Amino acid sequence: MFGKLTWAAIPIDQPIPMIASGVVALAILAILAWVVIKGHLPYLWHEWITSVDHKRIGVMYTLLAMVMLLRGFADAIMMRAQQSVAFHSQGFLPPEHYDQIFSAHGTIMIFFVAMPFVIGLMNLVVPLQLGVRDVAFPTLNSVGFWLTATGALLVNISLVVGEFARTGWLPYPPLSELAYSPGVGVDYYLWSLQIAGVGTLVSGINLVTTVLKVRTRGMTYLRMPMFCWTALATNLLIVAAFPILTATLAMLLLDRYLGFHFFTNDGGGNMMMFMNLIWAWGHPEVYILVLPAFGIFSEVVSTFSGKPLFGYRSMVLATMAICVISFMVWLHHFFTMGAGPDVNAIFGIASMIIAVPTGVKIYNWLFTMYGGRVRFETPLLWSIGFMVTFIIGGLTGVLLAVPPADFVLHNSLFLVAHFHNVIIGGVLFGAFAGYTYWFPKAFGFKLHEGLGQAAFWCWQVGFYVAFMPLYAVGLLGMTRRMQHYDVPEWHPWLIVAGFGAALILCGIVFQILQLVVSIRQRARLADKTGDPWDGRSLEWATSSPPPVFNFAVLPDVSGEDAFWRIKKRAAEGTVSDEKPEYRDIEMPRNSPTGFVCAFFATMMGFALIWHIWWMVAAGAIGAFATFIVFAWRDHDEYVIPADEVARIDRSSNAQRQAILSAQAAR
Amino acid sequence: MNILDPQGPIGIAEKTILIDSVAIMLAIVVPTIVAIFAFAYWFRASNAKAAHLPDWEYSGRIELVVWSIPTLTVILLGGVAWIGAHELDPAKAIDGPSPPLTIQAVSLDWKWLFIYPDQKIATINTLTVPAGVPLQFQLTSASVMNAFFIPQLGSLIYTMNGMTTRLNLRADKPGTLQGLSGHFSGDGFSDMHFDVHVVPSEEFSKWAQDGSQVEKSLDEHSYEQIAKPSMKNEPAIYRLADPDLFRSIATQKIPSSPGAPSGVIGAALPGVADVR
Repeated sequence: MFGKLTWAAIPIDQPIPMIASGVVALAILAILAWVVIKGHLPYLWHEWITSVDHKRIGVMYTLLAMVMLLRGFADAIMMRAQQSVAFHSQGFLPPEHYDQIFSAHGTIMIFFVAMPFVIGLMNLVVPLQLGVRDVAFPTLNSVGFWLTATGALLVNISLVVGEFARTGWLPYPPLSELAYSPGVGVDYYLWSLQIAGVGTLVSGINLVTTVLKVRTRGMTYLRMPMFCWTALATNLLIVAAFPILTATLAMLLLDRYLGFHFFTNDGGGNMMMFMNLIWAWGHPEVYILVLPAFGIFSEVVSTFSGKPLFGYRSMVLATMAICVISFMVWLHHFFTMGAGPDVNAIFGIASMIIAVPTGVKIYNWLFTMYGGRVRFETPLLWSIGFMVTFIIGGLTGVLLAVPPADFVLHNSLFLVAHFHNVIIGGVLFGAFAGYTYWFPKAFGFKLHEGLGQAAFWCWQVGFYVAFMPLYAVGLLGMTRRMQHYDVPEWHPWLIVAGFGAALILCGIVFQILQLVVSIRQRARLADKTGDPWDGRSLEWATSSPPPVFNFAVLPDVSGEDAFWRIKKRAAEGTVSDEKPEYRDIEMPRNSPTGFVCAFFATMMGFALIWHIWWMVAAGAIGAFATFIVFAWRDHDEYVIPADEVARIDRSSNAQRQAILSAQAAR
Repeated sequence: MNILDPQGPIGIAEKTILIDSVAIMLAIVVPTIVAIFAFAYWFRASNAKAAHLPDWEYSGRIELVVWSIPTLTVILLGGVAWIGAHELDPAKAIDGPSPPLTIQAVSLDWKWLFIYPDQKIATINTLTVPAGVPLQFQLTSASVMNAFFIPQLGSLIYTMNGMTTRLNLRADKPGTLQGLSGHFSGDGFSDMHFDVHVVPSEEFSKWAQDGSQVEKSLDEHSYEQIAKPSMKNEPAIYRLADPDLFRSIATQKIPSSPGAPSGVIGAALPGVADVR
């Protein structure tokens, strides 16, 4: 009846997962109870869960990322604690736990923190920057989000029901094959990523189409804000790379479920094929993550310097160059697997070539500050911290691209330090900059500045204290994923790294405090102008939070930095007195399709993991039926009458006008 | 295990490349970092003395320079990479005063088996090699992927089932070095390390002589016992009874080892119990 699932699957004898998940379950129940008792459930259902508004979906993606960051970080601090104490000792985590923890940490941080964070920010901002009312496929967008959430849910279920993979964040065969990993851990990994991967792919299709086909009048390609360009590049990469991931994982699933031999030791399987395929996705993946961060830094540095982005066209060229070259470097992940010198050298040099457009970007941000009036608010601090940290990560990255250097550094903690250097220093700092920068746009009030700066300094210092020792210990020959060790030279460095993790924890605590305090002080931190940072692109042209239709009248764009031009014309008094012509606006109806689909996908994923075949069928039928119902819908849009649009727009304009005149009077 | 304190020519050359590459990059990275701080500080909003160019957004000359600097660096480093990848190709034989010594390494769950085919010796989790003699490693895995690594001698190389990889190293001075696994292979991974005893040639001959006389012998049958998953294996030495053992493993004449059976949730239940 329940396949492989029995009571033995719940690890009652293991205190860490049981207590952790017990606390989380209590917290979720408490929140649910509060929501139900306070009568917020209908609001949550109508305004958020079934919403197809790109802004709401963006917020939900970001929220998912931040919640999962806590989970991923809990894993991280356990790993650092384990390695600080596991000198000549077993530490507190036996191998079978430790192996799950580092696998879960990597999987969660990449797929369920970094990905939803950047996708969330793109969803929130790209349509606003393009000056349009919605994305190309709003309901598909909602489906994408909910499928990502399904993946995250399945990974978390593995904490209490069964186990997670013990193979590392990429399940290299043959270790991940049934013969060497007979448990459900790898199946949890595979099905959660298959489901979340479909979500990411549809989100990518949606955003590519949006940037290519849905732009306001006059918004030509070379007038788009830099963030839209990086979003385009990233989503093109998603559309090109994620099918490779899906196909590769599907092959591994066939091996595990139906006795195929794609990657097994026997039967003619070839594990090198897995290496090539997984990195053909895996290397573009890191650019999928970091390109939106580059876009965020471009927006932030330009805004907080009060200047247009230096070398805009050069930046566009650099972005698209990275987009293309990122597909040609995958082999640098396995120089040490016996490839010949020609192959190694060519892929090494190709990898270095990516450093050229990346370096150009750094210099362009540098010259954006030149001649500016630089305001050191939190988003800019994250950007400066990024530039310095990322250069160091870039240096070690190019070093690892030199094959003979990689021969001694491959899989060492030096490598671990390198990719945390670029992912924390690049992607995460970018996500935090974007979160602080666009938070007032999404909610109408700013985040607390002092607490934001405290969080920044803890993260920044904590990063160096945590990861510089790992570079050192990598040079001392330590390889990654060790549960314990007997080498005395490594021990002090790993203790210091543990302190670094504690500092980062302080940063996270400050971020949580910042959110709580800011919500409580939202009246004081309110931004009624819609333009709290003296912004330059169109997202600042509308009110904060924007009305559901974003813009009452779609803006007409005549150059780069569209909103800056509008403001300049207004200041010069050359703006025409013509009254805006309001029209009826058609907006997509909310739809529970995404949520219902994800419900059935969760059911199906769980059932596949535990071989509960009747439930697999039920989930599949349910998901397909949901699709049919949606496909045969009669009404998918509703109309906001012109009068209503005019009323909303006039009231928000009047409010902003009052603030502006008050400022002018001062 | 410090890779910046290498004990053989490969390690020394790799350290040189590592340090040279870092130096080349630091030459542009340090000024760039200084410039970031300097620009940000000088152009701070409160500094009225700083030039204010609110509309300045393009300069062809600067563009040329900022594309050129990383390009030139990469051309230089690309040269280093090309030459280095060829000079230090792990499969390339090393010159030495004496003929090379062949060592066959097999990664097992979770220990290393080293076979000296010419000396008719096999060891578990310990290596003894003569100083100054080129070492030709042939590597394979009897189960999952792994990687063979002696940090102070240089180059890490993977071991894979059904395949043979090659690695050439040389240890120049007598002493004891440490080797370890470079690729995660399961629960017993952390204990897959081994001492590397570098001894003078004469001493090595004596060691080999003694080793070929030991009682325990290694053939297909005793190999089957060794290949079963086990952790924290003490170093051991065997007389090699089957000189073709490595080839039998690498060509899968002996099937790959069965993996770790115990303690896995959802494993010992209907439908999957008999996969092994």
